[in-house]
Amino acid sequence: MSDSAKPTPPSANDPSASTTPTSPAASAQAPPTSNEGKASRNQIRREQRRVLFRSPAFIVGCLIVGFWILAAVFPSLLTTFGEKDFVPAGSNSEPFGDSWLGTDSSGWDVYTRVIYGARPILIVAPIATAAAIVVGTLLGLVMGYYRGLVDEILSRILEALLSIPVILMAILVVVTFGNSRPVIIGTIGLLFVPAITRTIRSAAIAEADLDYVTSAKMRGESGFFIVTREILPNVVGLVVVELTVRLGYAIFTYATLAFLGQTGGNFTDADWGVDVASNFNQIVNDRWWPSIWPAAAIASLVIGVNLIADSIDKALKS
Amino acid sequence: MLRFIIRRLLLSLVTLAILLLIITALPNLAPGDPARKVAGGTASPERLAQVTEDLGLNDSIITQIGDSVTSVATLDFGTTADGRPVTDVVRTSLWNSFKLVTLSLLVIVPLSILGGMVAAYKKDTWIDRTIVNVGLAFSAIPDFVAGVFLLAFLGVPFEFFKVQANAPGAGPLTQIQHLLLPVIAVLAVYFGYLARITRAGTINALDADYTRTAFMRGLSTRDVFKSHVARNALQPTVAVLGTQLGYLFGGMVALEQVFTYPGVGKLIIDAVNGAEYPLLRAGVLAVAVIYMLATLTADVVIAYMNPRARLSVGDS
Repeated sequence: MSDSAKPTPPSANDPSASTTPTSPAASAQAPPTSNEGKASRNQIRREQRRVLFRSPAFIVGCLIVGFWILAAVFPSLLTTFGEKDFVPAGSNSEPFGDSWLGTDSSGWDVYTRVIYGARPILIVAPIATAAAIVVGTLLGLVMGYYRGLVDEILSRILEALLSIPVILMAILVVVTFGNSRPVIIGTIGLLFVPAITRTIRSAAIAEADLDYVTSAKMRGESGFFIVTREILPNVVGLVVVELTVRLGYAIFTYATLAFLGQTGGNFTDADWGVDVASNFNQIVNDRWWPSIWPAAAIASLVIGVNLIADSIDKALKS
Repeated sequence: MLRFIIRRLLLSLVTLAILLLIITALPNLAPGDPARKVAGGTASPERLAQVTEDLGLNDSIITQIGDSVTSVATLDFGTTADGRPVTDVVRTSLWNSFKLVTLSLLVIVPLSILGGMVAAYKKDTWIDRTIVNVGLAFSAIPDFVAGVFLLAFLGVPFEFFKVQANAPGAGPLTQIQHLLLPVIAVLAVYFGYLARITRAGTINALDADYTRTAFMRGLSTRDVFKSHVARNALQPTVAVLGTQLGYLFGGMVALEQVFTYPGVGKLIIDAVNGAEYPLLRAGVLAVAVIYMLATLTADVVIAYMNPRARLSVGDS
């Protein structure tokens, strides 16, 4: 897959390639006409940033995500126990009693497990998203700018990847390639490529028809220059929105894979999805806390990321 | 219209063929011994040989692809480890998923469309903000997380809600009662998304000239919505529903696990845990076919609602 990231289609210098009809494209961002130059673009950016930093949704989102990042990096700052320490409260102790969020049937402190459980999800999701964004943006720009046969073929392949639920495809890939952490990261990254490519591609198609691209072509600039220096800066807002939205989905997907027991590793290691899976059976016995707290942690992290994504999107549209 | 449907169908078949190719080729691409990865490290040599055979790895890739095509054409995917025909097993879980999905749609679609339209009509009021923000918050949460919450806060305290979604052999009403919790979980996940799409479509339609004219002609709000707004506002909703239907069928792997419901999702995860690759392959293909049919239907419905859309097919 990865070597298809930098194809140079035959239509590279064919001007007719960009006159194909535009599809309903890129709605997330009104592209500033770059004729007015860099200065005005920077000013718009500054304005958008100001709106963003004042948005309460953005601040709340950052606080939530910030807390979990802190937990992932320095768990020992937030809890005195280790993830597999037997605590004085004993096993199956109720929350808000001897131990803050209760203890599970193994005698582990649920609060400590939740703090330590932030690490795996916050390692996998961001790396996978970053990889997907780089590949997806590149593919989308190249496909949208050059169009032609390669675009047609790649579009069909990407569509095929999108034609079954991401989680099924993830299970399929993880099963065949083994469930080591690099495989999980690669799988989630790969599966997010099609959606990102589709968004960026339709934005690039819309951009390719604008005057500044035509004039760059007439100046005799290379395709590489036009894609990276002319089109990319104008879709960068869209890329940022995609990045945050996909990060939310990556957390979602990793948590689900972990819940389904497909993330491998030692299942006694703290991990939100795994902890929910191994404890939710006890809910019917009225022991809700060992599974509900990690579930709440997943929910809060996803909501936090989505608050950030949403406020960035709003700021770009303002 | 017929030409449109045929063209659209051909495109879907191409997509499906590529997917079939990917699924068939996947085990061949894996480094090391894929059979060992599928069967697990402690599998006996006999089991390993069996899995290798199941994966088709003893044959050339061309033969494997030929076999895949044959099994799709004849709907014969071999037998499971305990000797049942794969096709029958898949059919049973498809039927279970169908029940869950139908009930979910019956609840979700009217509620989200109503929610989206109300939000659009009351745009920028607290009603609008509540619908949008609550929906957004819930739709971000993974389905199994919503399921676990429902289990703890509805399933256990209230006798009325059942923690097991499956009630084999029970009357239809009892079955529906058992399915309520997963349906609510699906509602939580999809309401925000669908309502948001409907809201955006409705706002556009409400802004249009024909709507203003209709209001000025003195039509009641109800009549304007019925005969002018709905047709235009709901096109994006129908499109999204089409794509989400496939996800409803196969994407609820974790949710089905929470409520021990034997749908396609559970079938697939059981196939994974039992290292039954033919079952896995057939289940995934079934989901893909349903997804294809759903998006196709959605496109046809949209083409019916909006003649202009018929022209732009293929230019995705």
